[in-house]
Amino acid sequence: MSFDAAYQSQKLKSVGTRPLRPDGVDKVTGRARYGADFNMPGQLVARVLRSPHAHARIVRMDTGAAEALKGVKAVVTAADLPDLTNGDAELFAVLDNCMARTKALYDGHAVAAVAAIDERTAKQALKLIEVEYEILPHVVDVDAAMVADAPILNDELFTGGVDPKPDTPSNVANRAEFGHGDVDAGFAEADFIVERSYKTEQTHQGYIEPHACVASCNPDGTAELWVCTQGHFVFRQNCADLLGLEVSKLRVTSSEIGGGFGGKTHVWAEPVALALSRKAGRPVKLVMSRDEVFRASGPTSATSIDVKIGAKADGKITAAMATLRYSSGPYPGMWAELGAMTSFACYDLENVKTVGFEVIVNRPKVAAYRAPSAPMAAFAVESAIDELAQKLGVNAVELRIKNAAREGTKSSYGPVYGPIGIGPTLEAAQSHPHMSAPLGKNQGRGMACGFWFNFGGQTCSDLNVNADGTVALAVGTVDVGGSRASLSLIAAEELGIDYKDVKAVVADTATLGYNDMTDGSRGTFSSSMATISAARNAIAIMRARAALTWDIPVEDVYWEDGHAKAAGTKYGNLSPLSVRDIAAESGNTGGPIAGHSELVADGAGVSFATHICDVEVDPETGATSIIRYTVIQDAGKAVHPSYVEGQYQGGAAQGIGWALNEEYIYGADGRLQNSGFLDYRIPVCSDLPMIDTQILEIPNPNHPYGVRGVGETSIVPPLAATANAVSNAVGVRMSHIPMSPPRILAALNAERD
Amino acid sequence: MSSIAVSTTINGDDVEYLCQADETLLDVLRNRLGLMGSKEGCGTGDCGACSTIMDGRVVCSCLVLGAEAQGRSIETIEGMANGSELHPLQTKFIEHAALQCGICTPGFLMAAKALLDVNPEPTEEEIRFWLAGNLCRCTGYDKIVRAVQAAAAEMRGEAA
Amino acid sequence: MRYERPETIMDATALLAQASDSAFVLAGGTDLLVKMQNDDFEAELVVDIKSIAGMADVVETDDSFVIGAAVPCAALGEHEALCAAWPGVVEAANLIGSTQIQGRCTVAGNLCNASPAADSVPALVAANAQARIAGPDGIRTVAVEDIPTGPGKTSLAKGEIIEAIVLAKPTDRSGDAYLRFIPRTEMDIAVVGVGVCLALNDDGAVASVRVALGAVGPTVMLCPEAAETLVGTKLEDAALEALAAACSAASTPIDDKRGTVDFRKQVAGVLARRAALIAFERAGGSQ
Repeated sequence: MSFDAAYQSQKLKSVGTRPLRPDGVDKVTGRARYGADFNMPGQLVARVLRSPHAHARIVRMDTGAAEALKGVKAVVTAADLPDLTNGDAELFAVLDNCMARTKALYDGHAVAAVAAIDERTAKQALKLIEVEYEILPHVVDVDAAMVADAPILNDELFTGGVDPKPDTPSNVANRAEFGHGDVDAGFAEADFIVERSYKTEQTHQGYIEPHACVASCNPDGTAELWVCTQGHFVFRQNCADLLGLEVSKLRVTSSEIGGGFGGKTHVWAEPVALALSRKAGRPVKLVMSRDEVFRASGPTSATSIDVKIGAKADGKITAAMATLRYSSGPYPGMWAELGAMTSFACYDLENVKTVGFEVIVNRPKVAAYRAPSAPMAAFAVESAIDELAQKLGVNAVELRIKNAAREGTKSSYGPVYGPIGIGPTLEAAQSHPHMSAPLGKNQGRGMACGFWFNFGGQTCSDLNVNADGTVALAVGTVDVGGSRASLSLIAAEELGIDYKDVKAVVADTATLGYNDMTDGSRGTFSSSMATISAARNAIAIMRARAALTWDIPVEDVYWEDGHAKAAGTKYGNLSPLSVRDIAAESGNTGGPIAGHSELVADGAGVSFATHICDVEVDPETGATSIIRYTVIQDAGKAVHPSYVEGQYQGGAAQGIGWALNEEYIYGADGRLQNSGFLDYRIPVCSDLPMIDTQILEIPNPNHPYGVRGVGETSIVPPLAATANAVSNAVGVRMSHIPMSPPRILAALNAERD
Repeated sequence: MSSIAVSTTINGDDVEYLCQADETLLDVLRNRLGLMGSKEGCGTGDCGACSTIMDGRVVCSCLVLGAEAQGRSIETIEGMANGSELHPLQTKFIEHAALQCGICTPGFLMAAKALLDVNPEPTEEEIRFWLAGNLCRCTGYDKIVRAVQAAAAEMRGEAA
Repeated sequence: MRYERPETIMDATALLAQASDSAFVLAGGTDLLVKMQNDDFEAELVVDIKSIAGMADVVETDDSFVIGAAVPCAALGEHEALCAAWPGVVEAANLIGSTQIQGRCTVAGNLCNASPAADSVPALVAANAQARIAGPDGIRTVAVEDIPTGPGKTSLAKGEIIEAIVLAKPTDRSGDAYLRFIPRTEMDIAVVGVGVCLALNDDGAVASVRVALGAVGPTVMLCPEAAETLVGTKLEDAALEALAAACSAASTPIDDKRGTVDFRKQVAGVLARRAALIAFERAGGSQ
């Protein structure tokens, strides 16, 4: 059935309200089951042996003693995960990352795994595995990896995207360029130019729940996987591909997920657990420790970025340019490319050019982290815009408003914008009381904008009308932050029934068609589209049932306010039939009533935000405290405003952590030194003030209710907003994130000298 | 290695179990007693997801040996509600959208309960510092603090 | 690993004396259980001292406070007389870890863990606290600063247990304070810590003073040359500058994941200045 996704302005009854979430009671009583909360009869415990070296050839491995240990049921190495990737380089990287084949490429890289009857035995077995390493020179810094004599990680990697194709291997995997116009001409026109280099350190998504799964391979060739994931259908595909299973024989159930933020879009342990289960013939539970989470999962790119912006004296930007170098771990990624695309997306520019370099280093394979790559690019660009405003002697908000992209602007990465929210968020910031509140001694205010593409993608939902008129909604996008509540609101809205009569669940891979992951801020956007579509299909059936009941043509039955109604005056004596009425009779009118939907949710609608941050910096210690923070973001339409606010606040908090304290710290030996929450310092409750939010609603023309994704954009501005605030407080431009106290104090000392 | 027999009180009930000498209370709760509401986020006392109340003080159960529970009184998230009647903190956490993924929620609830047990009218600052050992990566803490304030007000008999 | 819960201190010391080197005392466990998470850590014996009578008590005598080795730091903050007498020590003890850690951790354990960054130790050293040690040969008492000998190392002999920390009642017109620097507001290990305890003479000038520095050397250290700068002063700017300079000069820190050498040296001076002012005010001093 065709589905019209176009926005229709209408008064909404359920959407926009704030009902209680359906999974709330389970989560406050401890009953909700996460990755590690599931067990199977006869289950074994798995542990993974990891390389202590940043870069080393695996010369020899002997697992004999471990296999011989009483209680050990399986030991696997790369030999148990043969290469079935058939030339697919991306999939091979996933395989090699799950279990190192010839070389360990970072501290924490898995080299073997055991399954044993209990944890003690599994740990003991790990100690009995002998690995002989030939230690190779390593490189962990993004700039250092690019220099001519840097240790080369992969002799078969030649820089892509350059002409002619290079004939010597390099750690630069790819070069990507975006933009339009003539930047040289633009800079020649400029009255003022700012130019600066920036660095950001590597951070981790920092979800509180470590990766966990239970894998069970059966003797009949079928397999089951219980796992905390952002995308069980994608995990099914990856695991089936890597293990040589038919997709239909692997059933993946997504547990409740204890945070992901992009970090659970990627298989690490799951193929290993399946391989262990296959070898042992028993279910296997694999739970990562926190140390393993930091050393071997996540993280985001470390970056090094140069920005140059020129403007006329009146503030009109004439040219903008950025060169972005992003580390991707030991395998090629597309992170710099995303950074290059997003850099100047907030602005209407005649001449713009961005170049991104993907750089491989001896660090864990980079995974998406909430608007991946955009926060670092925004840090550099929004810092430069702030500096430009100071140089021009104009207000930083006004400068941004003057140059902001609008409907019809050709974006710096190509497409022409439809109706967008950058201008409105800036204007809201300008008139927000926060912007004019007085500042005290050692305090500074900063602001910054952010952009994210948002994503739609493949989506499939089932909506079943029960005999009592309540509705069971099965969706295939994992609920990471309250989407079951949002999608229940959507179903209630479309059907015209009460929110409490809808119960949404996340279905497993055996009971619903394929769904892309919950990433790209797509969960509520795409599944709401599929839910509306499924509801409309169910309504079509209910209209037909009403027509049958009344014995009138179906064309004469219309749907309004949750009821089938007979059109016109000729059926004047027919009372409308509610969902409940129709459902009660369904056994006599053709059986169960259901609406199904499968679609590709196009037109996700780009998202913009503007943040305002006040800080106080202790000039004697470099300690920064956030004293006030405001998030203004376009949601298109906020389906459940409480959880939209939650996304805004959570993204801001993560960005503040990144800006101030979070970073991967490596020793000279290439080993990660802070693989725990003690020294990987995410914000604690006493670090933050209340985070004010303002939701703007500029409808997305490509969604029936105007919904846009809201999950990611909120992490884009905080690095720059915080850096601008600190720079304004101390009078020194901070160009290295995180702005830890030693970095701030060193910058202040340098200024004083 | 021989097991240690432990007699203790959990959520008001007498409980006996056998554990290994090096087994944590968290592992005992989760793996031996099926009380999986306490979560392991770090295993080193840095995240608070395993918070339980022992003899009136909130502790990280990952930093308590199972053997140490002998003769003590332990409260876990599973004992927070009174039958089907939720504790005000539980209700307010749901009402205020104070959880997103929810993995940290049991720990926050136990820690917040311990706070309100000793300080029925905490300031925002007191709440924030008391809860600093409970990490949340989803919410930015705003709605959590508000939920604790609202629960405290309700428990004091004030209109929330 | 064996777990023992003796009921007398004699039994505890006997257990430790007979055990191999991998025997550990368990009080609050907030350091020991973290170490146990490490795959390479092995313990043959853990001796839980919490069932020994008196270990969990703070006893106030005519001239001192005796803090049992198993008293959780949270309990120190609930002891009104102790808070009034030694606010700096109590504040330092209450800075260790989170609320959850506070319910378990002990000052004796903080001392025996022998981390140079231990929060309570600079305050205890500044307060001239004594450690009462039980061992196979009986009881001995030593100054707290003599317990740690290097990172993770102590002067305790095999079989010895610190059974209590003893703080003399403060003299009139004295005050103590402890400040530390951490990157966040909570949950971090001290990057620098400074404890100051001073007493005033009848003129309101500093008569005697002890300054202790944490996290800027292999152990918490008493810094007499810094203390010297304040004697006879009313903490005038020049005196405070001299104090800061002396503390920075006495610091011999390392670069690590928590801070740099330059940062630690500079901030040691800053915190010393600030802590001295607090202690001075608590002593009833005025400038």
